[in-house]
Amino acid sequence: MSVEVTETSVEDTKPSREALLSVRGLAKHYPVTGGLFGEKAVVRAVDGVDFDVAPGETLGLVGESGCGKTTTGRMVIRLLEASAGSITFEGKDVTKAKGRSLTQLRQDMQIIFQDPYSSLNPRHTVGRIIEMPLNVNGIDPPGGRKKRVQEMLELVGLNPEHYNRYPHEFSGGQRQRIGIARALVVQPRFIVADEPVSALDVSIQAQIINLLRQLQSELDLAFLFIAHDLAVVRHFSQRIAVMYLGKIVEIGDREAIYERPSHPYTRALLSAVPDVTQLGNADSKRIRLTGDVPTPLDPPSGCRFRTRCWKAQDKCAQEAPPLTIKNGGSLAACHFPET
Amino acid sequence: MTDTTEEEDFLRVDDLKVSFATMDGTVRAVDGVSYGVRRGQTLGIVGESGSGKSVSSMAIMGLHDAKRAEITGSITVGGRQIVGCPEEEVRKLRGQTMAMIFQDPLSALHPYYTVGRQIVEAYRIHHPNASKKEARTRAIEMLDRVGIPRPDKRVDSYPHEFSGGMRQRAMIAMSLVNDPDLLIADEPTTALDVTVQAQILDLLEDLQREFHSAVIIITHDLGVISQIADDVLVMYAGRAVEKGTVEQVLRRPQHPYTWGLLNSVPSLHGDAEADLVPIKGSPPSLLNRPSGCAFHPRCPYAGQNGDRSFTDVPELLPVLDDVGHSVACHLPADRRREIYQRDIAEAGVAL
Repeated sequence: MSVEVTETSVEDTKPSREALLSVRGLAKHYPVTGGLFGEKAVVRAVDGVDFDVAPGETLGLVGESGCGKTTTGRMVIRLLEASAGSITFEGKDVTKAKGRSLTQLRQDMQIIFQDPYSSLNPRHTVGRIIEMPLNVNGIDPPGGRKKRVQEMLELVGLNPEHYNRYPHEFSGGQRQRIGIARALVVQPRFIVADEPVSALDVSIQAQIINLLRQLQSELDLAFLFIAHDLAVVRHFSQRIAVMYLGKIVEIGDREAIYERPSHPYTRALLSAVPDVTQLGNADSKRIRLTGDVPTPLDPPSGCRFRTRCWKAQDKCAQEAPPLTIKNGGSLAACHFPET
Repeated sequence: MTDTTEEEDFLRVDDLKVSFATMDGTVRAVDGVSYGVRRGQTLGIVGESGSGKSVSSMAIMGLHDAKRAEITGSITVGGRQIVGCPEEEVRKLRGQTMAMIFQDPLSALHPYYTVGRQIVEAYRIHHPNASKKEARTRAIEMLDRVGIPRPDKRVDSYPHEFSGGMRQRAMIAMSLVNDPDLLIADEPTTALDVTVQAQILDLLEDLQREFHSAVIIITHDLGVISQIADDVLVMYAGRAVEKGTVEQVLRRPQHPYTWGLLNSVPSLHGDAEADLVPIKGSPPSLLNRPSGCAFHPRCPYAGQNGDRSFTDVPELLPVLDDVGHSVACHLPADRRREIYQRDIAEAGVAL
């Protein structure tokens, strides 16, 4: 069952290989009623986002809290319904999928959650937790479900004998491995990883990042890797999209984003990261943003970043800058780019 | 920590031990830690969960329940002994002489009262003669000092009306309202976004310069340490494994755990394709601390010096030819230097 997809304009956000996942004009608007007279307002949590993810590739999605990165990830796998826009996975429209085609999509697209404590049912054994997606999707792998579950445990570096243990018997890092095994058990080709390491200790973070990298190359998995930690994203993503207040402000290859950022916000984000390798010369090129992210209830006119931008001019308040290719090699939405 | 005499340290912690009796046995959360902080100096305490970094600082603030926690050793703040001190005495110091900033400003601020009222209360407890008006003026002044816009209006806002960064600023304002001589910041920026974290770290630095207080910053983020601290104490399973200046610990790290931490942190620089080098295993349970050197089950070099790693707890001893730098490791100095040159400096970890 394939649905005709019309090609939209964003030529250059495409990755090198044919896209596995294509997102166009994706939006999530929440109506809110508030105020003394019950005025209607709309929170534009995600407001028109375009990107592609190729098979076996990782697209990193970064931004500060409230920028809409988690909402985007959840819409992509239909945990949340999109208000507008299209999501195409291998030519099939995710937003309209129903019944059997939705079941198939659920097998191809999985999610790994941030908190390894609240995302595992404490009353279920690890075996039952990992087996659940097989039961829900009615999959009977050759050799039986139990065998598949034990293979998964082994794949993520856990002891297959621990099938009958409960989540509380595992450490945070091991629990995150269980979450990864649960996502992999249906043999997906695309995974949304929502802050998969931010709840873990530093020494454990590296273990999980390495595991994800190894699984990616072994299984040719594509990832949408959502994180706020730019250094972690750099080690796991080939391409990166930077979000601000519900929009992508810059998207491009890792090298372009980290070495030659075009959008002032990307540059500010990068320079705000305290990096231990920069001991002693930390003050050299530090940019300090003032204030906080504005509310998505009432985003600034024109460029949404202008209220915190040191380069903002009148034009920025009048015209919203489109995403266009900049000299640094990335696509950025800025009237006065850095490169 | 370099060549300070004890009189110069505003805060002095000696052989501090904190343990809790639980149903499963005794948890030795802090097991013999010593350090000092002078005025105008920032000590960074790094460690993972269960390293005892927060428990030791709560002991300084006298925040442990005397019925549950057993505290031994000595903690002196401005010459006054905290361990065994009656609760009323510690309460007088807390908020006035020493103050604490917590990780999560939303749960540390009372949701029912305005931010201003909470700051006013903190001020009037230690200034009983101050009028309400004076205290309010002081609260507005403090909010202004920590960079909250329109403080005269914001003083009447409730915590939920503030953003995460503003709440953290409000909490800093509250803890600084009595000009404390010692400020303990426990993961003050962990809950914040990077751009806001940068603002808060700058603010802490500015305020320290202004108030000339002694500051302890507790964090798991070596990047934060490199930016803000003068001295570093690396903790593992309730003990100090390495201590020295930021330069010493980050540029010439000596302990295999410190090497492991530096190796496993992803960076914005260097080879993005290279695999990170994690520390194997996970931090130990404090109920069942490994014998000898608590790091030995995760240490790639354990056992290179006979059985000592498995049986003896290593002492924190000065590093040869590096005054003020000390390490608790059984590896002989020349062997450690050799490994460091071969595995660590070569791998590009040493900065």
